[in-house]
Amino acid sequence: MSRFIIRRMLLAIPVLFGVITLVFILARVIPSDPCRAALGEKATDEICNAFNARYGLDQPLIVQYVQYLGNVLTGDLGTSIRFNRTVSDMLVERLPVTVELTLYALLFATVVGIFLGRAAATRRNSPADVGTMVVANLGVSIPVFVLGLMLAYVFAVVLKDTIFALPPSGRLTPGTEVVPLAEAWGLEDLTGLPRTILDFMSNILTFNAIVTLNGPLLVDTVRHMILPAIALGTIPMAIIARMTRSSLLDVLGLDYIRTARAKGVSERRVVSAHAMRNALLPIVTIIGLSLGGLLSGAVLTETIFNLTGIGKSIYEAITGRDYIVIQGLVLVVASIYVVVNLVVDVSYAFLDPRIRLG
Amino acid sequence: MTATLDQLPGALPEAVAAQKPSSLWRDTLRNILRQRSAIVGLAFLAFLVLVALFAPVIATHDPNLPMIGIEEGAKPRSAPCIHLLGCPETQPEHFMGLDGNARDVFSRVVYGARVSLWIGFVTVGFSIAIGVVIGAIAGFFGRTDNVLMRLMDVVLAFPSLLLAIAIVTVLGQSLVNAQLAIGIVAIPIYARVTRASVLSVREQEFVAASLALGESRFGILRRRIMPNALTPIIVQGTLGIAGAIIEVAALSFLGMGAQPPLAEWGSMIGIERNAVFAAPHLILFPGAAIVITCLAFNLLGDGARDALDPRLNR
Repeated sequence: MSRFIIRRMLLAIPVLFGVITLVFILARVIPSDPCRAALGEKATDEICNAFNARYGLDQPLIVQYVQYLGNVLTGDLGTSIRFNRTVSDMLVERLPVTVELTLYALLFATVVGIFLGRAAATRRNSPADVGTMVVANLGVSIPVFVLGLMLAYVFAVVLKDTIFALPPSGRLTPGTEVVPLAEAWGLEDLTGLPRTILDFMSNILTFNAIVTLNGPLLVDTVRHMILPAIALGTIPMAIIARMTRSSLLDVLGLDYIRTARAKGVSERRVVSAHAMRNALLPIVTIIGLSLGGLLSGAVLTETIFNLTGIGKSIYEAITGRDYIVIQGLVLVVASIYVVVNLVVDVSYAFLDPRIRLG
Repeated sequence: MTATLDQLPGALPEAVAAQKPSSLWRDTLRNILRQRSAIVGLAFLAFLVLVALFAPVIATHDPNLPMIGIEEGAKPRSAPCIHLLGCPETQPEHFMGLDGNARDVFSRVVYGARVSLWIGFVTVGFSIAIGVVIGAIAGFFGRTDNVLMRLMDVVLAFPSLLLAIAIVTVLGQSLVNAQLAIGIVAIPIYARVTRASVLSVREQEFVAASLALGESRFGILRRRIMPNALTPIIVQGTLGIAGAIIEVAALSFLGMGAQPPLAEWGSMIGIERNAVFAAPHLILFPGAAIVITCLAFNLLGDGARDALDPRLNR
């Protein structure tokens, strides 16, 4: 087992290295003059030469690459050219939005997907089964941006003034009180990495609201997250529903299920305790694989619902030619994805002995 | 029983002669047509192809012509007006209303079918063409395998839309570049499928036989292995068309793909997205068109997969 994990981790290193290199290359070939993009009209040749020297842009590419590699390995992601803020600061502020959105979407996808898939498999060929599969097929066919806009319209306009009304954009209603954790716990003197982590956790508003027992904040955060989470989570929900159905049908046909039924175990218990446990194996992989799609979808969802997360920031950095921010944020997102896939692979090996022995 | 056995040697050639020669393609098609979902998908697709082919006949207006000054009382973003459904005869008829430039949305949606079908086939065709070559080389010539597949892992390590946005930024914003970007990020999927398929076919005896007969390695790959390894690629490709259409539409939605005034569903939605609260029909109709198109390819792809993969038969 440990050999499998080590082998899998070693395999991830060249991939991460390749990611770093590809990000560097992409950020450099984007046709732009970072100086003029940052300073606009007032950029003269003289100013730009100084600017390029300051950011090391006058060095040969290979020198820039080695410097960049050194910086990344020491955790320095650089400073935004346009906003004069470090990428790490932006991450602390914006990554929590994306993390929160992704987790809500994943929660929606998993809970609803498994519920629907199970309902379909246990009532095979019934209207419930057909209905679920129609929903699943529609779910994978509807683009995030169409679903998001239609949800925003329905819940903010059609259902306005009803109890179902939900906010169509933003992360919080203006005026909602948020107490940073550092302040709430009297840790304002904290500096360095612990402070960064604390601020990061503090910006995950659901977490913040729960640990500071801030009821209004929790309600407001959840209300703002429901529509984006549904828009983002519908495609994985549909995939998980289909996967659960087919996986559960496979397992329900196995001998040990027949044995359980012959012993007189109730059908509900056969499904919950005996079949589901094994049927969920492939679904773990699907959940891991969905993450890449969720991060892609986050660009669109954050744009539509006006959430300042990583997806929207990367999109704005690319259109604004802020290549240090592009480099930093894309690198972080790709690394998260590689690590999550690693965790999924390893957890799969834990769950299914055939993988690690094979 | 004995009589049957006695008759068998004589009967066999006749029985064989009566059978039509079996062909991979005909068998495949017959299996696919047994799947209910594939038939529904194929019907949808046929409908879309007809709409695309006869767009000039079906469309009621010029898709790029603003109605202001041409029709009396034409206002930008006016709601759908169908006379049969009670819309007053005094108003000009527009099945899906007018967009922000007072163009007929119905005609734009109809012409959009051409653009989206083209996007789907060409984008996936590009990914398959490159992915199959990479996958076949990786699977058949072992030495390159590790390097090529790690390279594919690197591409797969990026959220696809983000990488596509970056590529479009490098290449410049246009529909062709958006297709190229989406095509590039999908290459690893086809490379992986092809590699897996080639790896399994490579071990079969007829390949060893060809090798013993002195056929060149490239010839074996092209003539013996690839025809037998194509099925999973076709299935993946059919499912991939829906994904390609959605992703190119997403780029167009962000303003990085199809440029105005081209009637492309994604960009139609992108341009009018801020009008969603006042004129939801401008999102609903092109959105529904994307959903129907993707549904058609997804159903067809699912049917093809169920038909061609005996393990999934249920």
